[in-house]
Amino acid sequence: MNRLKQAVTDFGWPRIIIFLFVVALFIGAPFVKVRVDSSFTDVFNRFGQNAVLVLALVPMVQAGCGLNFGLPVGIIAGLLGSTLAMEFGLVGWAGFLGAIGLSLPFAVAFGFAYGLLLNKVKGEEMTIAMYVGFSIVTFFAILWLLLPYSSPNMVWGYAGKGLRTTITLEGYWGLILNDFLALRIGENFRFPTGMILFVILLTVLVGFFFRSKTGTAMTAVGSNPDFARAGGVSADRMRLTSVILSTVIGAVGILVYQQSFGFIQIYNAPLFMAFPAVAALLIGGASVNKASMLNVIVGTFLFQSILTMTPSVINSILQTDMSEVIRILISNGMILYALTRKTKVTK
Amino acid sequence: MSNESPLLSFEGITKDFYGTVVLKDVSFTLGRGRILGLVGENGAGKTTLMSVLFGMPVISETGGFSGTVKLDGQAVSFRTPFDALDAGIGMVHQEFSLIPGFTTTENIVLNRESVKPNPAVEVFGERMSVLDRPKMRARAESAIGRLGVKLDPDMLVSEMPVGHKQFTEIAREINRDNVRLLVLDEPTAVLTESEAEVLLAALRNLAAQGISIIFISHRLHEVLSVCDRIVTLRDGRVVKDTDAAGVTVADVASWMVGRDVDDAGRKGAARDLPGAALEVENLWVDMPGETVRNVSFSVREGEIFGIGGLAGQGKLGIPNGIMGLYPAGGTVRLHGQAVTLDAPRAALDAGMAFVSEDRRGVGLLLDESLDWNIAFTAMQIKGEYLKTYLGGLVRLRDEKAMKALTEEYVKLLDIKCTGPKQKAKELSGGNQQKICLAKAFALRPSVLFVSEPTRGIDVGAKALVLDNLRHYNRDFGTTIVMASSELEELRSICDRVAIVDEGRIAGILPPGAPLSEFGLLMAGQKVSEEVQP
Repeated sequence: MNRLKQAVTDFGWPRIIIFLFVVALFIGAPFVKVRVDSSFTDVFNRFGQNAVLVLALVPMVQAGCGLNFGLPVGIIAGLLGSTLAMEFGLVGWAGFLGAIGLSLPFAVAFGFAYGLLLNKVKGEEMTIAMYVGFSIVTFFAILWLLLPYSSPNMVWGYAGKGLRTTITLEGYWGLILNDFLALRIGENFRFPTGMILFVILLTVLVGFFFRSKTGTAMTAVGSNPDFARAGGVSADRMRLTSVILSTVIGAVGILVYQQSFGFIQIYNAPLFMAFPAVAALLIGGASVNKASMLNVIVGTFLFQSILTMTPSVINSILQTDMSEVIRILISNGMILYALTRKTKVTK
Repeated sequence: MSNESPLLSFEGITKDFYGTVVLKDVSFTLGRGRILGLVGENGAGKTTLMSVLFGMPVISETGGFSGTVKLDGQAVSFRTPFDALDAGIGMVHQEFSLIPGFTTTENIVLNRESVKPNPAVEVFGERMSVLDRPKMRARAESAIGRLGVKLDPDMLVSEMPVGHKQFTEIAREINRDNVRLLVLDEPTAVLTESEAEVLLAALRNLAAQGISIIFISHRLHEVLSVCDRIVTLRDGRVVKDTDAAGVTVADVASWMVGRDVDDAGRKGAARDLPGAALEVENLWVDMPGETVRNVSFSVREGEIFGIGGLAGQGKLGIPNGIMGLYPAGGTVRLHGQAVTLDAPRAALDAGMAFVSEDRRGVGLLLDESLDWNIAFTAMQIKGEYLKTYLGGLVRLRDEKAMKALTEEYVKLLDIKCTGPKQKAKELSGGNQQKICLAKAFALRPSVLFVSEPTRGIDVGAKALVLDNLRHYNRDFGTTIVMASSELEELRSICDRVAIVDEGRIAGILPPGAPLSEFGLLMAGQKVSEEVQP
């Protein structure tokens, strides 16, 4: 009994309650004629789509830079990579991997500059990060119009220049991970094997990184920068490394998201991408200074399940079409809840 | 000399903080127009006694005190410092509580300004009255005049030399009409010698006007020169209450430090140790509150070298500066090799290790497990406790080796914990200190710096920590430099003890030297100076 109690405390009541709520939604779904199998497909798709973006937050949290509200910096790097890959006419695997390759240099450069800035504003990282995100997105909204892209699949048809707000990946690398070894059971259930494997691969890699010497130093910097300094570790360098890493994973994250979603969304789309990721991580049990791979997986799963199930179930109950309103309501409500739940470390 | 009733008397004051007795049956009296010197080591109870007098909230919040304080023969118990001020007691703190952007006059009459009425007062009340500057100035000048010093009433505090700030603060206290008793807590600590002289003269001046003064200072010669009576506190008791006449600095010093005066020299014969392990020349360290100005010393191979002195004099700055944790300059040579200052990494790479006095702030990763705490520095500096995979391509933490290391030290140092995976914050202070030692030992340093190793831990744990240090020194020949405020502790384990005063080394003594000599060094007197009769 004691062990059970301990296990429950370790896992955390908020997670258990949310989990029970998700289970209840699944049980209730058939009664209001929401198909459980297609719901599961949605949940897995959304989980894979978002998990890497949530994972991208971990390095900065561990290094004590707080929650990366500047995730759009990485996303912009990813968008540059994918639009360039399309411009160069890369399709299929070459397109997806090319997009990753093309976005990396941007991610490293942006991350470096962003990291230098964050090292100058210790203690205020999260606020500054949010405005860095807002700024870079709006700045690139101008660039998307001005940059000399010419692929007819991307630019506005009537002007022949300037990128469209949404660019379809069909014929390029849309669903390339989702369809890899995809498992089809029945008519409505598809398991996106490739995408889930890719998520697992990245999670394992990041997990191993945090078991390396550098990863250990980074965690120590987040836990107590003075301790790390007394141990001969440069806190500033570790923080910089963590920001670059976060930005790079963010860039890869948006590419995974795009291929599953089927479209590249530019202009204002990345503006609010950081919030759901942050909420998922916090719901997964992370604090502002500590996050584990388990937090990422559990948090993303719970957050995306609720986001998928609640609107469709409520919609069916109310017999109206207000799923979008409910989705916004639920997702912002969860973010609000998660941010009030954030815990601090011992000082 | 006078037969009138004393102005202030303490009768059997006893105060404990959660069971730790800090004042025990303290009784003494202070006559009108007399100056009383209150001396004692750090932690002897001086500050607590003054808090009792002033009715500081910290006293009532921790359960009050027993005994009575009498002012003018009347038992008083102030609930807040404001009551004490109203009763005519003034306090001058060590830290300046002045407003930098205001002039001398404005600071002196602050909140008691002279005002002129105007028509608006009739309508809106007192708050609309206008300052009567000429009158304020006159009052300030009269207060300055009573002090007998030269102060410009119109100078901004921010532009004053420190001495003038101190005078301004005293002038503010005596500007109150009813002031009868003035408490000065280390008023000369920030002053130069000539400024201190002027201050002391001013104090005599005030006493002649009938104001009683309690003078707290660790500069014993000043206490002797200005006070009529000297009360020495040690471990919360009054050990000596005597007239100042005929008392020497050496007497007071030994009253202050002497626990068991005969225990001197209980250590074995001085060890014969070969060449120098660490040479320090003209070291300065900019550590807030522990500034080191100019320090040179050399530590022999295999020696335990103690650094003592009162708090704030710079003894903690020395190890912190050499280890690169605070900006520092000068020359530090380890086995003849110059060590780069201002870089913790360089100091660690050179083979030095440090146990910080700030256990929770610098010494530990409170939210991480014990094995992390112990192995971290060795991993970062020496690349140990890492396992190689894929032919050297990746190196990951070797959890097994870390666990083995932690278990080894848990056994060796008798650390009470549930296992290597327990969080550091869950241990008691003494066990946390042992973790800090284990972290330093795991580096196998050639020179180990230990700063306040027994601060805030209980008596049993203290003995264990000191034993561990001694064994480590004897078994591995590790040179240890230990800074501590506890003189007894230094004398019990060190081969030589240096006393630091005002950022400089006042002298280096063998541990068997008489306590009075240590006391003199702490009081800022060179041992070479003849003790005045």
